[in-house]
Amino acid sequence: MSQKHEKLIDKKGLRLDGRKLDELRPIKIEVGVLSNADGSAYIEQGKNKILAAIYGPKELHPKHLALPDRMALRCRYHMAPFSVQERKSPAPSRREVELSKVIRESLEPSIFLEYYPRTGIDVFVEVLQADGSTRCASITAASLALADAGIPMRDLVVACSAGKIDGTMVLDLMDTEDKMGEADVPFALMPNLNAITLLQMDGILTLEEFEQAVNLALEGCRKIYAMQKEALKAKYVSVKEVEE
Amino acid sequence: MAMITRVKQKQITQLIAKGKRLDGRGLTDYREIKVEQGIIERAEGSARVLFGRTEIVVGTKIEIGQPFPDTPNEGVLTVNAELVPLASSTFEPGPPDENSIELARIVDRGIRESKAIDVEKLCIEPGKKVFIVFVDVYVLNHDGNLIDASALAALAALLNTKMPNFEVKEDEVKIKAGYTQLPIRKHPITATFAKINDKLVVDPWLEEEQIMDARLSMAIDDDGNICAIQKGGSGYFAPQQVLEAAKMAKEKAEEIRKKLEW
Repeated sequence: MSQKHEKLIDKKGLRLDGRKLDELRPIKIEVGVLSNADGSAYIEQGKNKILAAIYGPKELHPKHLALPDRMALRCRYHMAPFSVQERKSPAPSRREVELSKVIRESLEPSIFLEYYPRTGIDVFVEVLQADGSTRCASITAASLALADAGIPMRDLVVACSAGKIDGTMVLDLMDTEDKMGEADVPFALMPNLNAITLLQMDGILTLEEFEQAVNLALEGCRKIYAMQKEALKAKYVSVKEVEE
Repeated sequence: MAMITRVKQKQITQLIAKGKRLDGRGLTDYREIKVEQGIIERAEGSARVLFGRTEIVVGTKIEIGQPFPDTPNEGVLTVNAELVPLASSTFEPGPPDENSIELARIVDRGIRESKAIDVEKLCIEPGKKVFIVFVDVYVLNHDGNLIDASALAALAALLNTKMPNFEVKEDEVKIKAGYTQLPIRKHPITATFAKINDKLVVDPWLEEEQIMDARLSMAIDDDGNICAIQKGGSGYFAPQQVLEAAKMAKEKAEEIRKKLEW
């Protein structure tokens, strides 16, 4: 973006919200937040507030979408009209169509789709409030919702962005940094398999900077992965307490 | 999706393991690339690009419209892609599906993020009137790697685009005779890799795309910087593969730019 803007990194090397360059925003994750869904999760990352829900595996409608050798994964990423500064039309935008596709493709490698031929599973992501890197937070939540639904998985998928602001590589871009920075690299990982399942970029990076971005994002993903596992365990610990 | 027989799938993966491909190319070879500009006289700019049997036509149109409020001094770029039903038995008529939207957005990102068009020169009256450049990608024959072919065709068409001369008199925009070349500063080239059996192959053709685990596309500008990336497909990449792809994309982009003398 070619707008003039104030500095995104101050003299002490801190960012607008006081974070260090390689520091994540505060993250809160909860699993099993919607009673109707087969699995669900809620994430807050900075000002992002995102819900993910799973319905399935179930019979697919329309039926011609069913695949003979595996389960069909469907995904809808959607932003609430009130999630951004200026009201967003609730009709799916081209951006949302693309993000639905890349989120689906980032989750697919983690699921044993071949266990459920001819069935379908729906992943619904609703962004209630957006604050940059929403696709990443959506993936982190959606993967937990899949685990919550009891879907057999190779690993959790965890996502996080890296980018370049004021000429410096940083982790986990928030909205202003995404809009005014030089580059944004959304990134998703299955940490145990060291497998990258989402990689996008816009902006301008040299090859060296890109490598730095990948390394930053790898570290960030590993940190969120620990929180993801905690959140998943927390649900079952709390179930136990209720029973006693 | 057209199903590829298991026999062929096995053959393709076995060959790739030996560093060969079914159509005789090496793993890092592009198919023959042909570029022809100015093929549609009614369009402000146009180009036809062939990657082997993959054929893309791009036409550009220029209209006068309003700038976005956050960029009052800049012209507007709009990219659309049509997977025309005559191009493949797998393309259906109807509104754009996720594949055509993704294709359009990848082409758009390469041009936009590399700042290929000098958009400030498209401003007529700040905040009120600017030129809008419409880039319409038309896929005419689908034989794989639509992304690289479309990105190249879009750039070729933009390089061939003329915008009308104008003057502003008392808040009225008057179109004058003659044309000026659309100001193009950068030549982003997109290189796509398919991951098949844990190996990367460049410029996958249709049968390779049908069996690939995942693909990775990278747009590279004239200075060798990466300006856009998109991973697609339901597989994954190892971190090392991603870095390897970036290095390779840079080499391939330079090679293509040199060949086309851009």
